[in-house]
Amino acid sequence: MTAPTPTPTPPPPYGYVSPIPVRRAHLGDALASEWTKIRSVRSTVWTLGTMVLLMLAIGLGVAAIASGEGGNMGEESALPLGFFGMLPASICVITLGVLTISSEYGTGMIRTTLTACPSRARVLTAKAIVFFLLVFTVTLVVAFVVATAQVAMVEAAEPTGAEWARATVGAAGFLALLGLLSMAVGALVRHSAGAITVMIGVLLLPLVAGMFMFASALSGLREALFTYAVPSQMIALYSAEPPFSDSGPAGWEALFILMGITAVALGGAYALLNSRDV
Amino acid sequence: MIEAVGLTKRYGAKTAVYNLSFQVRPGVVTGFLGPNGSGKSTTMRMILGLDRPTAGHVTIGGHPFRQLPNAPRQVGALLDAKAVHGGRSARSHLLSLAQLAGIPARRVDEVLGVVGLQDVARRRSKGFSLGMGQRLGIAAALLGDPQVLLFDEPVNGLDPEGILWVRNLMKKLASEGRTVFVSSHLMSEMALTADHLIVIGRGQLLSDMPVKQFISANSADFARVRTPEGDPAQREKLSAALAGAGGQVLSEPDGALRVTGLPLPRISDLAHGADVRLWELSPHQASLEEAYMRLTQGAVDYRSTDDRLAHLQAPPQPGQPGYGAPQPQAPSDVPQQGWYAPPPPGQNPYATAPQAPAPGAPQPPAAAPDAARPSFQKQSDTTEDAR
Repeated sequence: MTAPTPTPTPPPPYGYVSPIPVRRAHLGDALASEWTKIRSVRSTVWTLGTMVLLMLAIGLGVAAIASGEGGNMGEESALPLGFFGMLPASICVITLGVLTISSEYGTGMIRTTLTACPSRARVLTAKAIVFFLLVFTVTLVVAFVVATAQVAMVEAAEPTGAEWARATVGAAGFLALLGLLSMAVGALVRHSAGAITVMIGVLLLPLVAGMFMFASALSGLREALFTYAVPSQMIALYSAEPPFSDSGPAGWEALFILMGITAVALGGAYALLNSRDV
Repeated sequence: MIEAVGLTKRYGAKTAVYNLSFQVRPGVVTGFLGPNGSGKSTTMRMILGLDRPTAGHVTIGGHPFRQLPNAPRQVGALLDAKAVHGGRSARSHLLSLAQLAGIPARRVDEVLGVVGLQDVARRRSKGFSLGMGQRLGIAAALLGDPQVLLFDEPVNGLDPEGILWVRNLMKKLASEGRTVFVSSHLMSEMALTADHLIVIGRGQLLSDMPVKQFISANSADFARVRTPEGDPAQREKLSAALAGAGGQVLSEPDGALRVTGLPLPRISDLAHGADVRLWELSPHQASLEEAYMRLTQGAVDYRSTDDRLAHLQAPPQPGQPGYGAPQPQAPSDVPQQGWYAPPPPGQNPYATAPQAPAPGAPQPPAAAPDAARPSFQKQSDTTEDAR
């Protein structure tokens, strides 16, 4: 023990008052914070950069092949060619969506975050908005560039306004929603590798499983798997009619289905984040 | 002001914290001590609303943390220095926290200066040393200039200059009227920093009192007496005289005697009366570490045993003292490791129970079934001098 320090007169509770003006934090602050977070890690640049490159390279490559073949697209426009870039792009978006939240769990940063903002719903909302807008904006720009190039390069029917909207806004919305679903799964699983595996499984497994269902008793299930698998939904997004069978979603319906699934997953993420220990 | 009432946390069958009630007052540094796995970090997480208590509640300034208005401006915490995204620069990390809490961005550069990280502010925190990470964590805690501060092991990995800085920082923060709650395993550091101590073991409150009171309640001060070397007869004579006068005499390995129960002048008189010269007669005040060890020895979950390389040793020859067979001597040796004399009776029932398993002696409720085993095992381990 050292020499005892003179005991200070006990100050009243909350004796210290900070000179920094106190103001209530709100969702806007959380949005600014999440924007700082997402732009200050390299994984964002890497995944989004890879996505942009893949979409451009595949989109232009497919257009070049299609125009080189000289084949006629018939009554179709050239816009559905955009699908080929979307599938690899979705893997990048899934990775980024999962990492946005699971990296906080992996590093323990989530505890620091929730100490700085006890309102867990606000944190998750801010993350979802920032992530959605970022991915939506980037994919919208790239999808528009690719679509324009494809329409210019490939001889095909002139696309209508509705087709343009689905191939740009629709495609960007679909990818951003898929990313949001990944984020919700990341919040539920709280483990990067686990959540990414789950999402890749959701993306690819229905098609692969359906491929091996030869038994006629399973033909109904096989049909459903083919119709509602994520890649099929992407194809459906580009066409006004159900592309595979007489029934099934087409056009914007594909987007609405994904919207519903994402809403359910996000609801679960909110409920669990609020009740679980971190 | 932090106030916990009946705080309990169970993880399945394991009870991490049981019925913990305490208050942390503003204006002083309150130390939070306990062995590994005693529930310190769990308690801190419950204070911050990160973990939900199974029973009981804890409030800060009268509100549970998650209902506090402007929580980050009232409470700052360093829980785990590694709890940052390694790919983010120190400045971006703090900026995101400041924005989240509605704190002006210029405060970020301020706290970076306070903790001395301004030169590496734009470097990714992955490359930070343990001490730099600790400073970054402290910066995050100070960001909101809060009234209540919690630090879990703040001096881990800091250099001596950093340790001194943290010590002064804690004292300064407390002197400004803030509530400062610090957990640490460095007893010497706590003795210098803390004014008040809360000690838990196996998730239960062992002690809640000022440091000075804690030391005197949990330790027996003694006098060290040394007789001229090479003259064991004088030593025998003196210990007989001291024992005759009602003192307890223990022998230290280097030949000195440890005397309790007699004041220093009385020892001197007795030596004079027995015609024994003294080379040393010194008062020994227990350190915080001793007091802490004595209090918590029954509540230690993870205890090391000696690495004896038993299978490599030749079997002990009969008649030759082997390991684990202390030879009786008079006066008896001072136990060297893991055993401390019990505190004055009635002071603390927890501390005495495992060593003095007298029938009907009060036992710590949670520690009762297995507390006796490790400490008995320890008693047979005491031939090895750990110093």
